[in-house]
Amino acid sequence: MTAERAIAQDVEASVRQEQEHNEADNSKFGFIVFLLSESVIFLSFFVGYIVYKTTAIDWYPLGVTGLDVSAPRINTIVLVSSSFIIYVAERYLHDQKLWGFRLFLLATIAMGSYFLYGQVVEWRSLSFGFTSGLFGGTFYLLTGFHGLHVLTGILLQGLMLSRSFFPGNYDNGFFGVEATSLFWHFVDVIWIILFVLIYVWQ
Amino acid sequence: MTNISLEAMDGVRAQPYPGAPDNWKRFFTFSTDHKVIGIQYIVTSFFFFLVGGLLSMIMRGELISPDTDLVDRTVYNALFTMHGSIMLFLWTFPVLVGLSNYLVPLMIGARDMAFPRLNAVSFWLIPVVGVLMISSFLIPGGPSQAGWWAYPPVSLQNPTGNLINGQVLWILAVAISGVSSIMGGVNFVTTIFKMRAPGMTWFRTPAFVWAVLAAQMIQLYGLPALTAGAVMLLLDLTVGTSFFAPERGGNPILYQHFFWFYSHPAVYVMVLPVFGIFSELLPVHARKPLFGYRVIAVSSVLITGISALVWVHHMFASATPSWMRILFMVSSMLVGVPTGIKVFGWVATIWGGKIRLTTPMLFALGGIINFVFAGVTGIMLASVPIDIHVNNTYFVVGHFHYVIYGAIVFGIYAGIYHWFPKITGRLYYEGLGKVHFVLTFLGTLLTFLPMHAAGLMGMPRRVASYDPEFAFWNVLASLGGFLLGISTLPFILNMVSSWILGEKAGDNPWRAIGLEWLTSSPPSVENFEEIPTVIAAPYGYGSNEPLVAANPNPGLIQSTSFLIQSPESEVL
Repeated sequence: MTAERAIAQDVEASVRQEQEHNEADNSKFGFIVFLLSESVIFLSFFVGYIVYKTTAIDWYPLGVTGLDVSAPRINTIVLVSSSFIIYVAERYLHDQKLWGFRLFLLATIAMGSYFLYGQVVEWRSLSFGFTSGLFGGTFYLLTGFHGLHVLTGILLQGLMLSRSFFPGNYDNGFFGVEATSLFWHFVDVIWIILFVLIYVWQ
Repeated sequence: MTNISLEAMDGVRAQPYPGAPDNWKRFFTFSTDHKVIGIQYIVTSFFFFLVGGLLSMIMRGELISPDTDLVDRTVYNALFTMHGSIMLFLWTFPVLVGLSNYLVPLMIGARDMAFPRLNAVSFWLIPVVGVLMISSFLIPGGPSQAGWWAYPPVSLQNPTGNLINGQVLWILAVAISGVSSIMGGVNFVTTIFKMRAPGMTWFRTPAFVWAVLAAQMIQLYGLPALTAGAVMLLLDLTVGTSFFAPERGGNPILYQHFFWFYSHPAVYVMVLPVFGIFSELLPVHARKPLFGYRVIAVSSVLITGISALVWVHHMFASATPSWMRILFMVSSMLVGVPTGIKVFGWVATIWGGKIRLTTPMLFALGGIINFVFAGVTGIMLASVPIDIHVNNTYFVVGHFHYVIYGAIVFGIYAGIYHWFPKITGRLYYEGLGKVHFVLTFLGTLLTFLPMHAAGLMGMPRRVASYDPEFAFWNVLASLGGFLLGISTLPFILNMVSSWILGEKAGDNPWRAIGLEWLTSSPPSVENFEEIPTVIAAPYGYGSNEPLVAANPNPGLIQSTSFLIQSPESEVL
């Protein structure tokens, strides 16, 4: 009985080891699959926007002639460059330089928060609302849905920052940080398309 | 004796088998075992199948006479809306996810799904969806009356004016079901890509696994489009935006595009695993390798591709420009090619085989016959002139019920019977199973065939009363509907009694070849003692080539002799 038990425990241990090895790999694969799927939601909204813009009779609400691009342009530059900053943070982590990682992650959080702040300022300055026709609806839908993703990204980065202080947090690899970073790049790419559609193509 | 006895393994793992008489409570816990979750899915969704069936029998009761005498028109609208929504979102999707959940890890030689906790969360969202859907019967104004399509402007009417109305609950339920499906999709795709046993190359992967992969890829690319549409519909309904509201400048046709971009491929999400079940069953019960296995496997993925390009055939009568109609007519008919390949492969598989007409085989054969019929009417409907003529008539209702009941539900029954000995470790009662098959087949014929006739005569769908000239066909359909209701009784009796009292099945009562048959029945918690190494393509019937390098369960003596006729297999 004890011999059998020992063999069984051996089997058990090897299984666990193999599972932990595969888990991070699977998680990364699964996360990419999820992001691809998520991008279809944005794609659908974009298609909706294009259809409305090209077919609507009254596209802009009364009194609206277009959007001011100057502030959103700065916002865009901040968000796009934050993608590089989080990449630098990730490199620091791979080189085991925790403080560099934390510093650059904090910088990413600051830039993301600035983007959200800029978004809110812009929303408050606009003369139209969510229910102001198709333009108002699609504008707030796209920027709002994207803003939710930015907020999620910032929360994830905050979580990664606080978890970096736990001892032994990176014993099983950097999957959490990699996923956060990937998510941030995703949010960034979506914003570029969104910016082109809403602000550049007027 | 160097074998590790299963009892010893249990002692270490401290978890009894699912299905053991003393641990039924596990099915009510947040278990992360894919087999427990699979059974949870199957049993929960079967409950909703009965609920949805009850609703349909009330409708058939109403339609047995031309006048509105049994239920109010608004109640009738609510009935068909909830019937469709429950049957799709709470029965067909989840029951197939349940079967796939149970079978995929076993078939690919994995210990569990890639993300077991995510898997459990996906399941536990299903009861939430069910509660939301059914609770809409209790709120003022009752459930949504807009049909399962929820087309605006009907779905935007909100007659009660309340914020919490039937339509809002419906959208929330569908959204949660969508979250569950996306989680499931990520999980299945990752599991199938990353966790196949060593040696299991793509062309050694069972056709069922291919089919599940193809189906789940549809979920991943299609469902987000419906989610986008549903978000916009919900905003129109609650906040007052104007996306789909024509009186506010919106475009209701765009919703139809979002809806059908997912909801047509959704049919393939349901039918592909059933194709997989047919492909697994026929070789076992005809004792021959699956004919054209590679082509059948690849055709599943072809269906995934083509299904993304056919959705507008639901909208031929929605002011669709004629170039678009022609384009989507051709693409819709193209679906006939990969499905035709499959049917050809199945017929060739059973051709000249030693056919055993067991209950699962009967259901599979019946399902294929129904599917061929549904395919023929499907090609008819894909052609624009016929579709315009029978648009929104009972012909369409008859067609898609032949797909969903005739092919998909038959396939589900076939799968449940076929793997019942594996899932429970016991044999079902063959006699009761055959009674179930005969009742179901006759019921399907009697219910759904007359609908085609009524539809060709011009009877519109979604009406509570109709012209007396359609009465004959409707009486037949109603009688058939009640027969289908009765047909579930021998099934329930069979499942419950044989799970409790049935004869022990042994590990491989069908003498089937496949990784799932190399483990115990029911399988132990982590499926295999050792991960098997696959050295041959599946369905090696008639050859003496072994499937795996070494027996994955050295503790089981029985399973090493799966090619030897044991006395137990004589029972069947």
